[in-house]
Amino acid sequence: MRVESNRAEILSQTECSELFGAVQQAAKALGISDIEALFGAHCGALTRFANNTIHQNVAEQGRWISIRVALDQKTARATTNRFDLDSIRAAVEQALALARSAAPNPDILPLPVPSAISEIKRFDVETANATPEHRGRVVSEAIRAVEGNGQTAAGIYSTGQSVEAIFNSRGVAGWHAETMAQFSITAMAGNSSGWAKSSAVSHSAIDPLALARSAAEKAHLSRDPQEIAPGRYTVILEPAAVLDLVGQMFGDFSATAVADRRSFLTDRLGSKLFGDNIHITDDVAHPLQAGVPFDGEGVPRRKLTLVEAGVPRELAYSRSSAHRSGVEPTGHGFPLPNEIGEAPLNIVVAGGSTPLDQMIASTDRGILVTRLWYIREVDPYEKIMTGMTRDGTFLIENGRIARGLRNFRFNQGIVELLNKVEALSPAVRASGEESFDMVVPAMKVRDFNFTEVTRF
Amino acid sequence: MKQLALDALDSAQRPGVTYADVRLIESRDRELGTKNGKPGQVSSDESVGVGIRVLADGCWGFAATDDLTRTGVESAAALAVGIARSSALAKKHDVNLAPEARHEATWVSPCRIDPFSVSVEEQLGLLTAIDNELRRASGVTLAQTSMTFHRSRQIFVSSIGSVIDQTRTFSGAGFEALSFQGDQIQKRSYPNSFGGQHQLKGYELIRELDLLAHAPRVAEEAVALHSADQCPEGRFNLILDGSQLGLQVHESVGHPIELDRVLGSEANYAGMSFLTLDKLNHLRYGSDFVNAVCDARLEHGPGLGTFAFDDEGVPAQSSDIIRNGQFVGYMTSRETAAAIGAPRSNGTMRATSWARLPLIRMTNVSLLPGEQTLNEVFGGVDHAIYMETNRSWSIDDKRYNFQFGCEIAWEIKNGKRIRMLKNPTYSGITTEFWNACSAVANRDHWVLWGVPNCGKGQPEQVIGTGHGASPARFHNIKVGAAYAG
Repeated sequence: MRVESNRAEILSQTECSELFGAVQQAAKALGISDIEALFGAHCGALTRFANNTIHQNVAEQGRWISIRVALDQKTARATTNRFDLDSIRAAVEQALALARSAAPNPDILPLPVPSAISEIKRFDVETANATPEHRGRVVSEAIRAVEGNGQTAAGIYSTGQSVEAIFNSRGVAGWHAETMAQFSITAMAGNSSGWAKSSAVSHSAIDPLALARSAAEKAHLSRDPQEIAPGRYTVILEPAAVLDLVGQMFGDFSATAVADRRSFLTDRLGSKLFGDNIHITDDVAHPLQAGVPFDGEGVPRRKLTLVEAGVPRELAYSRSSAHRSGVEPTGHGFPLPNEIGEAPLNIVVAGGSTPLDQMIASTDRGILVTRLWYIREVDPYEKIMTGMTRDGTFLIENGRIARGLRNFRFNQGIVELLNKVEALSPAVRASGEESFDMVVPAMKVRDFNFTEVTRF
Repeated sequence: MKQLALDALDSAQRPGVTYADVRLIESRDRELGTKNGKPGQVSSDESVGVGIRVLADGCWGFAATDDLTRTGVESAAALAVGIARSSALAKKHDVNLAPEARHEATWVSPCRIDPFSVSVEEQLGLLTAIDNELRRASGVTLAQTSMTFHRSRQIFVSSIGSVIDQTRTFSGAGFEALSFQGDQIQKRSYPNSFGGQHQLKGYELIRELDLLAHAPRVAEEAVALHSADQCPEGRFNLILDGSQLGLQVHESVGHPIELDRVLGSEANYAGMSFLTLDKLNHLRYGSDFVNAVCDARLEHGPGLGTFAFDDEGVPAQSSDIIRNGQFVGYMTSRETAAAIGAPRSNGTMRATSWARLPLIRMTNVSLLPGEQTLNEVFGGVDHAIYMETNRSWSIDDKRYNFQFGCEIAWEIKNGKRIRMLKNPTYSGITTEFWNACSAVANRDHWVLWGVPNCGKGQPEQVIGTGHGASPARFHNIKVGAAYAG
């Protein structure tokens, strides 16, 4: 891996600075002094395979500029992907017209002044420049590993780079570039399947062949899955399953959500809600994390202690919600205007010292879950979520994986779940499909509530 | 725009390329909202770019760019061809396409009142009035409203000579009232959750919805739910309103009939389908009351899946999916139609933007109206539970086992509402559920609902789909399992 200082040719810091000069000039001509511009660029490619062949293979590149005009307690945004001066002028005029049309909102603050933003190096040149041939070779090798077992492979391998930047007329100038690679694979046998996924700033940190072999092994082990009755079971959730489920609660760690009384933390902050072994932070600088070190107004993200020994401690604050509460913003606000406010996006759930194999070995009867699917909120205050297991669900008996199982539907409260965690593995960077990537451990949980079984 | 698209097509037609198409798209959006009486989202967006798809060496390649200079477009075309050639590193067979005629057309969707010509003041004024009305109900702790408008013009050109210019305008609006008391958060929405109703219409849709008039009832129901009894657990006759039934159709009919899923293309993400090829014309999908179509034609209605041509140049069609309970059809593309020996695609390939590849997507997948009056649907059994407006939705990756939650329910006796019920959920297996259908209300109660947030594909594409439905009744359905534990 060759992680260099943030370096991207798709939209440089200098180019953003020059473009913002054009934005300010257009604003000045309209008599506007307070103006903000967000810049974004993406250049990425994804090679997709199914039935042991590459069937979709795509690349896209795009850039955008999003301009916010701030009048007295009025604000609005206009976005365009045209970068010529006429289009920039038109976007400024559009943002101004929209802002003038809106009623005053006392929650809208004047634009912020700059705060020091720490640079985070998350740009890998080789990942940014990965070729279709590279992806094709990697995918071919992974397919062969699965196909060699008489199974069928489907998955993706993506590589790319992105830039996010914010400039405002009071001197805020934040710019961040990063790369990201992602590989996921599903191996399908006659009546079973297995899955594995990984993501990283550098493609060299991903081992596609190992992921392919792991998925194939799960498909093999779960062959001829049997049906057992739904009910409450001890469950071992692999890290991807943990993030998919537990990840559903972090939008509630928002000061705006609590103020709106739509968060399950309403009237619960500071009280013991989860088990003693639950510690969760939000930390954009964590070495296994990804993402931008500033928020939608250019405020630097600071580390948050979201849960300490089972007690929800801190919330994410935008400037507006912080102002209402008389505290400092934490750098988690979304671009304005918006109704949501803010959210933590760089979750780190503290791990323990029990490896997955020890969790299995210590379980007389339980269920091992690889992955969860289609998770939706049933009850917003108890945070009851429903969803399905998928691609590798196993019965554990007498400390060993006994057989594959047909997939279950669960209806499980997250508050209840985080009170019944019996063991945690060391935390890893995990990637799922139902929530954003996080640093999480595997968890052994008692009394997990499966309510139905499906047909496969 | 047309010349730019044709130039891009020229760039893509290189040695070894057996087919190419180009979509040049210019789009415009407006998004407005309020929260607790204050302006929320007030924004606009415009975008232009080109997506180039080629078949070279028997494999697909796709590249998209917003750099519309000659150099930018030529680079994208070269990249698409290079990607297709790299696909051959893991090729099992050449891609074949079902035949399609060359088409030249210009089509603009009906739009009586251009939503972008209506002032933002008027639009925000309406939303603010609704927001104020919602908060007049004591106990409403959060009021939210929203309005969205989208217009896109797409020039499609292909190497078989098609040149298709389509412009479509979509509108959507809705509101919700939330009430927090004790240890519960209750919510009511109008005309639907997911931001309300969305259709292929202009601002006339917003006026037709008569939003302000419904605000007091919706707010009162959100608060009243706290005093309502918990929905019981057990097996009941279940009556669903049209909006919830539309989502039921989406999840348990629309997704399983996507032929790319059936053939494995989505196995790693959105999943596959229980509707394997052996089930075509052999599976009893539902009872005799169940008739479903996939229909992108304007004659079906102004849905989110209504167009003149799909995104690979195939004309809009109506296809029977379930006829008198029998499963009779899939949604197809030119590639998947060829794969199963069908003579032609039924025109369901759609992409969310210029940057993304067209995939098989639901157009308007609708349950056709039945013949019963609403009184017959409600009064045809002694006892039932009636559920309204979706609150949660989930289904397995082969589309067998589903569970839905609704915002509100009522216990029905002899056709009359006798008590309100909170936290209603129901669950089942797709074919068992549709075979339990015992009544479908007639066309007087049929609405073409818009679902704006359907996800599929990698990279994911979130697109709008249409679902016509009228209230319907199902017998012996499992209710309340979600809260039973």
